[in-house]
Amino acid sequence: MIALLTALVLAVTTAPNPIPAAPAPAFVVHIKDFAYAPAPLRIHVGDTVKFINDDEEPHTVTATDKSFDSTALDTNGTWTHTFTKAGTFAYFCELHPYMKATVIVTTAPSAALTGAGA
Amino acid sequence: MNRRDFIDHVGWTGAGIAWTLSASGLMTAVASARGPSDGGLTFVQISDSHIGFSRPENPDVVGTLQKTIDAINAMAQQPAFVVHTGDLTHLSKPAQFDTVKSMLGTLKAPLVAMPGEHDVIGGADAYNAAFGTKDAPNGWRSFDRNGVHFVVLVNVFNFEIDGKLGQDQIDWVSKDLAAQKSSTPIVVFGHVPLYALYPQWGWTTEDGAAVLALLQRFDAVTVLNGHIHQVIQHTEGNIRFATAASTAYPQPAPGTAEKPGPLMVPAGGLLGVIGYRTVQLASGSPASVKDDPLAPLAVTATPAA
Repeated sequence: MIALLTALVLAVTTAPNPIPAAPAPAFVVHIKDFAYAPAPLRIHVGDTVKFINDDEEPHTVTATDKSFDSTALDTNGTWTHTFTKAGTFAYFCELHPYMKATVIVTTAPSAALTGAGA
Repeated sequence: MNRRDFIDHVGWTGAGIAWTLSASGLMTAVASARGPSDGGLTFVQISDSHIGFSRPENPDVVGTLQKTIDAINAMAQQPAFVVHTGDLTHLSKPAQFDTVKSMLGTLKAPLVAMPGEHDVIGGADAYNAAFGTKDAPNGWRSFDRNGVHFVVLVNVFNFEIDGKLGQDQIDWVSKDLAAQKSSTPIVVFGHVPLYALYPQWGWTTEDGAAVLALLQRFDAVTVLNGHIHQVIQHTEGNIRFATAASTAYPQPAPGTAEKPGPLMVPAGGLLGVIGYRTVQLASGSPASVKDDPLAPLAVTATPAA
């Protein structure tokens, strides 16, 4: 109980905004000069990844198996996706199909802890 | 010289790139496109309008498309139709389709449309809602006009490996062309160049060769594409290819930049490198293709006294 209260107090005092926002993605993939970086990206099940288009051209983040699709990201556009299954996910840009990368998702070592953050 | 002739003259010397292909395969310049005569017809090609694009290379793509439409609507001899060879929108957004559809709806001539890869981002639903053809749900189709057989191809639905037609479409083309006489003039439209124009930048259709093989038995074939935002002409045997300028912004010539993409031109120069194309087909003579920018490049024309 004390631990929970401490956690609550910490959460309140450290929150920059009184309205709780979605957890900040721990992983960011930048799209720059017609390439995704980092690639491959290694994450755990439940991790959230933010993709940011730093190019002047629009791009997409589209799974080769179509399991996810950002649709069009214009310049400075962002798209956030939470990977809920383990596996290697290949993706590409629908507008520039030679742009290819992968996200490698493995089972989290302590999924319960990671999941409690929300 | 009357005023009309003068305009034709300026239009050619100052603005137009006009060429025609003789039976020998050599390109020769032609003076200007005249109105259609005995069984021939004239149509206009526009491409790559990218409605929704707003970067400095062209902050007003609606304005430049409007200038294009105005120029076509002002043609004394209206074309049989206007074909848009794709990338109507920049990001496949429904609002962008609404804008381009209502603008193209003001053309006096009928419209023939097909998607570019910018029109099917995340799927083809938005494109189909605006420009879909009920009798051709996959987009590819053909039609005949004045003795010419026109084929509309879609090479952006399987875009994971550059332009691609897919076996279903190739099978359809095979059946469609089998019904045509070798002497019938064939005109093929598609967004991405059908031959390997510059594969390093994805300017190719991966399985285009299968269709080009089917086209070889015809006397005269014209393949008109967009995608690369510049006029490039090419001939392979009986097949002549021509990519069109954009109505929005140019792209670099193959290999002249690290990557393809919008090309910034010096201030005041944009209207000289975007525009539309007039194609004239006359029975018994080679087709002529004339590319007109929206504004002539700096040229001094002196009318005859």
